[in-house]
Amino acid sequence: MDDSLLIKKEGAFEDNNENTIWIEYYLDNQLVHRSAHVRLKRPMVSLTEVGGFNG
Amino acid sequence: MANAQAMCTSFKGEILSGIHALGTTVIRAGTGADTLKAALYLASSSQGAATTAYGVSGEVSGANYSAGGITVTNATAPTTSGTTGYWTPSASFSWTNVTLATAFDAVLVYNSTQSNKAISVHTFGSQTITAGNFSLTMPTNDSTNALLRIA
Repeated sequence: MDDSLLIKKEGAFEDNNENTIWIEYYLDNQLVHRSAHVRLKRPMVSLTEVGGFNG
Repeated sequence: MANAQAMCTSFKGEILSGIHALGTTVIRAGTGADTLKAALYLASSSQGAATTAYGVSGEVSGANYSAGGITVTNATAPTTSGTTGYWTPSASFSWTNVTLATAFDAVLVYNSTQSNKAISVHTFGSQTITAGNFSLTMPTNDSTNALLRIA
Protein backbone atom coordinates (compact mmCIF):
# COMPACT_ATOMS: atom_id res chain seq x y z
CA MET A 1 0.00 0.00 0.00
CA ASP A 2 1.17 3.48 -0.82
CA ASP A 3 1.11 5.24 2.54
CA SER A 4 0.74 8.59 0.82
CA LEU A 5 -2.82 7.59 -0.06
CA LEU A 6 -3.78 7.40 3.58
CA ILE A 7 -5.49 10.29 5.32
CA LYS A 8 -4.64 10.59 8.98
CA LYS A 9 -6.96 11.98 11.64
CA GLU A 10 -6.12 12.42 15.32
CA GLY A 11 -8.08 13.50 18.31
CA ALA A 12 -7.99 13.79 22.07
CA PHE A 13 -10.43 13.87 24.91
CA GLU A 14 -9.95 14.69 28.57
CA ASP A 15 -12.24 14.90 31.55
CA ASN A 16 -12.01 14.05 35.25
CA ASN A 17 -12.06 10.34 34.46
CA GLU A 18 -9.65 9.90 31.59
CA ASN A 19 -7.18 11.37 29.14
CA THR A 20 -7.66 9.74 25.76
CA ILE A 21 -6.00 10.07 22.38
CA TRP A 22 -7.00 8.34 19.18
CA ILE A 23 -5.66 8.07 15.67
CA GLU A 24 -7.43 7.03 12.48
CA TYR A 25 -6.28 6.30 8.93
CA TYR A 26 -8.61 6.44 5.95
CA LEU A 27 -8.11 5.03 2.48
CA ASP A 28 -10.61 6.13 -0.15
CA ASN A 29 -12.83 7.47 2.64
CA GLN A 30 -12.87 4.07 4.31
CA LEU A 31 -11.60 3.69 7.88
CA VAL A 32 -8.75 1.18 7.73
CA HIS A 33 -7.11 1.78 11.11
CA ARG A 34 -8.22 3.17 14.45
CA SER A 35 -6.24 2.99 17.67
CA ALA A 36 -7.06 4.54 21.04
CA HIS A 37 -5.11 5.00 24.23
CA VAL A 38 -6.88 5.79 27.47
CA ARG A 39 -5.16 6.94 30.65
CA LEU A 40 -7.41 6.36 33.60
CA LYS A 41 -7.40 9.25 36.04
CA ARG A 42 -10.11 8.59 38.55
CA PRO A 43 -9.35 5.94 41.15
CA MET A 44 -11.86 3.50 42.55
CA VAL A 45 -12.30 4.48 46.18
CA SER A 46 -14.07 2.65 48.95
CA LEU A 47 -14.51 4.69 52.10
CA THR A 48 -14.43 2.82 55.37
CA GLU A 49 -16.11 3.48 58.66
CA VAL A 50 -16.13 1.72 61.99
CA GLY A 51 -19.04 1.58 64.37
CA GLY A 52 -18.84 2.72 67.97
CA PHE A 53 -20.48 1.66 71.20
CA ASN A 54 -21.29 5.06 72.56
CA GLY A 55 -24.18 6.23 70.56
CA MET B 1 -1.81 10.05 74.07
CA ALA B 2 -5.40 8.96 73.78
CA ASN B 3 -7.20 6.11 72.15
CA ALA B 4 -8.84 6.79 68.81
CA GLN B 5 -11.57 4.77 67.12
CA ALA B 6 -10.38 3.77 63.67
CA MET B 7 -10.17 1.08 61.11
CA CYS B 8 -6.51 0.14 61.24
CA THR B 9 -4.63 1.22 58.15
CA SER B 10 -2.68 -2.02 58.16
CA PHE B 11 -6.00 -3.88 57.87
CA LYS B 12 -6.91 -1.90 54.76
CA GLY B 13 -3.74 -3.01 53.04
CA GLU B 14 -4.03 -6.58 54.29
CA ILE B 15 -7.58 -6.88 52.94
CA LEU B 16 -6.12 -6.32 49.49
CA SER B 17 -3.63 -9.13 50.09
CA GLY B 18 -6.21 -11.56 51.48
CA ILE B 19 -4.68 -11.79 54.93
CA HIS B 20 -7.95 -11.56 56.86
CA ALA B 21 -10.99 -13.81 56.50
CA LEU B 22 -13.89 -12.47 58.55
CA GLY B 23 -16.21 -14.94 56.86
CA THR B 24 -15.85 -18.38 55.35
CA THR B 25 -12.96 -18.24 52.94
CA VAL B 26 -11.28 -20.52 50.43
CA ILE B 27 -8.40 -22.93 50.78
CA ARG B 28 -5.56 -21.29 48.98
CA ALA B 29 -3.03 -23.24 46.97
CA GLY B 30 -0.14 -21.10 48.15
CA THR B 31 0.91 -17.72 49.39
CA GLY B 32 1.38 -16.11 45.99
CA ALA B 33 -0.84 -13.42 44.58
CA ASP B 34 -3.84 -14.52 42.55
CA THR B 35 -3.90 -14.21 38.78
CA LEU B 36 -6.01 -11.25 37.76
CA LYS B 37 -7.44 -10.57 34.33
CA ALA B 38 -9.03 -7.64 32.51
CA ALA B 39 -11.86 -7.92 30.00
CA LEU B 40 -13.52 -5.25 27.87
CA TYR B 41 -17.28 -4.75 27.78
CA LEU B 42 -19.64 -3.24 25.24
CA ALA B 43 -21.22 0.11 25.94
CA SER B 44 -24.56 -1.69 25.84
CA SER B 45 -23.55 -3.97 28.74
CA SER B 46 -24.42 -3.39 32.39
CA GLN B 47 -21.22 -4.05 34.32
CA GLY B 48 -20.96 -2.24 37.62
CA ALA B 49 -21.19 -2.60 41.37
CA ALA B 50 -23.59 -5.53 41.06
CA THR B 51 -21.18 -7.54 38.90
CA THR B 52 -20.04 -10.59 40.86
CA ALA B 53 -17.90 -12.46 38.33
CA TYR B 54 -16.57 -12.36 34.80
CA GLY B 55 -19.05 -13.46 32.17
CA VAL B 56 -19.03 -13.52 28.40
CA SER B 57 -22.36 -11.72 28.12
CA GLY B 58 -21.67 -8.20 26.94
CA GLU B 59 -17.96 -8.78 26.44
CA VAL B 60 -16.42 -7.37 23.27
CA SER B 61 -15.51 -9.69 20.42
CA GLY B 62 -13.52 -9.29 17.28
CA ALA B 63 -10.31 -10.12 15.48
CA ASN B 64 -7.40 -10.89 17.81
CA TYR B 65 -9.43 -10.34 20.97
CA SER B 66 -9.55 -13.42 23.21
CA ALA B 67 -12.61 -13.92 25.39
CA GLY B 68 -11.69 -13.38 29.00
CA GLY B 69 -9.32 -10.59 28.16
CA ILE B 70 -5.71 -10.27 29.19
CA THR B 71 -3.71 -11.20 32.26
CA VAL B 72 -3.03 -8.24 34.52
CA THR B 73 0.61 -7.55 35.28
CA ASN B 74 0.79 -7.47 39.05
CA ALA B 75 4.36 -6.90 40.16
CA THR B 76 3.63 -4.40 42.91
CA ALA B 77 1.98 -5.63 46.10
CA PRO B 78 -0.80 -3.65 47.79
CA THR B 79 0.48 -1.18 50.32
CA THR B 80 -0.60 1.70 52.55
CA SER B 81 0.20 5.35 52.95
CA GLY B 82 -1.38 7.68 55.45
CA THR B 83 -4.65 5.94 56.26
CA THR B 84 -5.24 4.54 52.76
CA GLY B 85 -4.66 1.05 51.43
CA TYR B 86 -4.12 0.94 47.69
CA TRP B 87 -3.06 -1.09 44.68
CA THR B 88 -2.52 -0.51 40.96
CA PRO B 89 -1.57 -2.97 38.20
CA SER B 90 2.08 -2.52 37.32
CA ALA B 91 1.57 -2.25 33.57
CA SER B 92 -0.99 -0.88 31.15
CA PHE B 93 -3.73 -3.10 29.79
CA SER B 94 -3.00 -3.50 26.09
CA TRP B 95 -4.68 -5.17 23.15
CA THR B 96 -2.71 -5.23 19.91
CA ASN B 97 -3.94 -5.34 16.31
CA VAL B 98 -7.53 -5.92 17.30
CA THR B 99 -10.75 -5.00 15.56
CA LEU B 100 -13.54 -4.18 17.97
CA ALA B 101 -16.29 -2.80 15.78
CA THR B 102 -18.99 -2.44 18.40
CA ALA B 103 -18.58 0.42 20.84
CA PHE B 104 -17.16 -0.50 24.25
CA ASP B 105 -16.61 1.64 27.32
CA ALA B 106 -15.67 -0.49 30.30
CA VAL B 107 -13.06 -2.88 31.61
CA LEU B 108 -13.72 -5.50 34.27
CA VAL B 109 -10.82 -6.49 36.50
CA TYR B 110 -11.43 -9.94 37.93
CA ASN B 111 -9.74 -12.74 39.81
CA SER B 112 -9.01 -15.64 37.50
CA THR B 113 -7.65 -17.75 40.35
CA GLN B 114 -10.77 -17.38 42.48
CA SER B 115 -13.49 -18.53 40.09
CA ASN B 116 -13.32 -15.33 38.05
CA LYS B 117 -14.79 -13.26 40.88
CA ALA B 118 -15.17 -9.58 40.05
CA ILE B 119 -12.93 -6.90 41.56
CA SER B 120 -13.73 -3.61 39.85
CA VAL B 121 -15.28 -2.01 36.79
CA HIS B 122 -13.70 1.06 35.21
CA THR B 123 -15.44 3.09 32.54
CA PHE B 124 -14.13 5.45 29.87
CA GLY B 125 -15.40 7.19 26.77
CA SER B 126 -16.90 4.86 24.20
CA GLN B 127 -14.38 3.46 21.71
CA THR B 128 -14.11 1.28 18.65
CA ILE B 129 -10.86 -0.10 17.26
CA THR B 130 -10.14 -0.97 13.63
CA ALA B 131 -7.05 -3.10 12.94
CA GLY B 132 -5.33 -1.14 15.69
CA ASN B 133 -4.27 -1.04 19.30
CA PHE B 134 -6.14 -0.23 22.46
CA SER B 135 -4.46 0.51 25.76
CA LEU B 136 -5.53 1.54 29.22
CA THR B 137 -2.74 3.29 31.06
CA MET B 138 -2.84 3.01 34.82
CA PRO B 139 -2.89 6.01 37.17
CA THR B 140 0.03 6.67 39.50
CA ASN B 141 0.24 4.05 42.21
CA ASP B 142 -0.07 6.22 45.30
CA SER B 143 -2.63 6.83 48.01
CA THR B 144 -4.30 9.59 46.00
CA ASN B 145 -4.40 8.13 42.51
CA ALA B 146 -4.09 4.34 42.69
CA LEU B 147 -6.58 2.31 40.70
CA LEU B 148 -8.01 0.68 43.84
CA ARG B 149 -8.04 2.56 47.14
CA ILE B 150 -9.54 1.78 50.51
CA ALA B 151 -9.53 5.11 52.28
